[in-house]
Amino acid sequence: MNRPPAIGQLRIEALSKQYSDTVALKEASLQVEAGEFITLLGPSGSGKTTTLKIVAGFIRPDTGKVVLDGKDLTDVPPHLRDIGMVFQNYALFPHLTVTRNVAFPLEMRRLPRAEIRRRVEATLGLVQLAGFGERRPRELSGGQQQRVALARALVFQPRLLLMDEPLGALDRKLREAMQLEIINICREVGHTVLYVTHDQEEALAMSNRIAVFHDGRIEQVGTPEDVYQRPVSLFVATFIGESTTFLGRLQQAGSGLRLVAGGLSLPVSTAGARRADIAAGAPAALVVRPEAMSIRPVDGCGRAGGSPHLATARGRVQNCVYLGSVRKNVIALEGGNTALVRVALEGASGGEPGREVEICWDIEAGIVVPPHDRSVPVTPLPAEREG
Amino acid sequence: MIKTPAWWLWVLGGAIGVFLIAPSIVVIIMSFSSGKMMMFPPPGFGLTWYENFFSSSEWIGSALNSLKIAVLSALLATALGTLTAVGLAGARPRFANVTKAIILSPAIVPVVVTAVGMYFTYHRMGLSSFFSIVAAHTMLGLPYAVVTVSASLYGLDADLELAARNLGAGPWRSFFRITFPLILPGIAVGAIFAFVSSWDEVVAALFLTTPSLRTLPVTMWEQTRSTVDPTIAAASSLLTALTLFLLVTAITFRRFSPATTRERAR
Repeated sequence: MNRPPAIGQLRIEALSKQYSDTVALKEASLQVEAGEFITLLGPSGSGKTTTLKIVAGFIRPDTGKVVLDGKDLTDVPPHLRDIGMVFQNYALFPHLTVTRNVAFPLEMRRLPRAEIRRRVEATLGLVQLAGFGERRPRELSGGQQQRVALARALVFQPRLLLMDEPLGALDRKLREAMQLEIINICREVGHTVLYVTHDQEEALAMSNRIAVFHDGRIEQVGTPEDVYQRPVSLFVATFIGESTTFLGRLQQAGSGLRLVAGGLSLPVSTAGARRADIAAGAPAALVVRPEAMSIRPVDGCGRAGGSPHLATARGRVQNCVYLGSVRKNVIALEGGNTALVRVALEGASGGEPGREVEICWDIEAGIVVPPHDRSVPVTPLPAEREG
Repeated sequence: MIKTPAWWLWVLGGAIGVFLIAPSIVVIIMSFSSGKMMMFPPPGFGLTWYENFFSSSEWIGSALNSLKIAVLSALLATALGTLTAVGLAGARPRFANVTKAIILSPAIVPVVVTAVGMYFTYHRMGLSSFFSIVAAHTMLGLPYAVVTVSASLYGLDADLELAARNLGAGPWRSFFRITFPLILPGIAVGAIFAFVSSWDEVVAALFLTTPSLRTLPVTMWEQTRSTVDPTIAAASSLLTALTLFLLVTAITFRRFSPATTRERAR
């Protein structure tokens, strides 16, 4: 079932789509290489599903085009696009058996009967459903239906595979197992995959690259490491992963830069500020990941003027949540900010609510991004996004 | 907490039920009468009047006319109704609502009014009596087909058709391979309702029949006015029996509809 690597190169050029009162997509462009697993990530209404439907041919864009392997698909009807799709609710045909469901795209292509049987059997084997062929979709569990949908979308060896939140209906355990399985199957078959989800953990776990959607725009495209460690905007920084955000203004302090936020003055990385193209005097946001911070008793980090590479802030433990392998501490800082600190359980101090503590982090671990964001509510509270 | 209904509610409900069913029961009992007059209770029992019905060319002829007209108009109403419902499901809501209101209007406007209009229009168009009634009954049956097929389509997961398109089926093939089989029970129910509405329709038929072409309900109506022999009761019983049988069939179809995937998927 392997295929030449040149198949499945997708180019999305400046797609825009407007509905009567809302703009769904603004000039979204994306280049997907053959064999790449790329995730469209964003909150609901951010344009990711609209993009997928335009690629599938279900929605016509107002402007822009979709080019697959050098062929402009913008005016090609969906059934001639040769693109497979797994729907959110699987969309299995309830009146057909599993075999007939999977055979459907091959029957539409008028393949010989023997060839259809051979391919259906091979593909059902690939998704580990050999022997389930005579069942009806409603006789299968959610995970099995998911596999049938995947088999049906793969069996005709499409140029491109689209998946629209395919794991949304499954429970957490099954979802994680299916994530791995989908990656393995797609790698085995070598398909280019365009995967839509609003679950940032899923995106980080599965993708070669992630396109982060916000308000109908693609805000950043990059590897999971890129978008997590080097987000280009406050939205990307707060949407992906947990973080503590400080909003303030950059100030020159000797040879370094500091962010003055509320009552705090925090040293920031000069290189980081340069990367974000923010000069001294300009407003900025500083984002710190919970695992980059540590908690000490007061004075444990040394007073200001200690290490020039450490940023410190004082606060009081507000809450401490036990999460098995780690403990999550919510700390109310001087000046009104709230910090989220994750510490490994072993040897971790911190803990009891009400205790005075100091938090500190390596200034290179602090991410400097522009502070304005079109629609992100600017609250100092850390973004909570579990599963 | 829900209490079981009080005894008087049972009595009241039972009384209303008897009141509604009694006329049909009385007619059925009288149809087996051995007497020469319509009377209740009958003096004795026998099948005389059924024999009379089946040996009379007038009765049998009008029954056959009714059957032909009902089958033809039900087929037409179902075909048109299915197409309409499919079209309206994909149309803009405002357009769909206006169109639906127009199509459903024969079910709301008094039939007498529609019938007078048909009488003059069809006559002027030179339509034969037979096809006039077929046209009239098609129009009267259309609302049933549109409503039942629309309900089936509404219960259908819209992604199924998109999936078919995505997998390589053009618009026609995705309709005939996916949508049509899934809404077939709804179409069948619509066809049965359309058939029944024609089978016992009398008002429009009265206007459009001629002495040489009568439907069963028209013959019954005329016989009731001239003679009062229990053959009418036998005819009524047969009419009721067929209608009842078809409605039970319709309910069975509904129960076994596979199209209700929407609530399962969510």
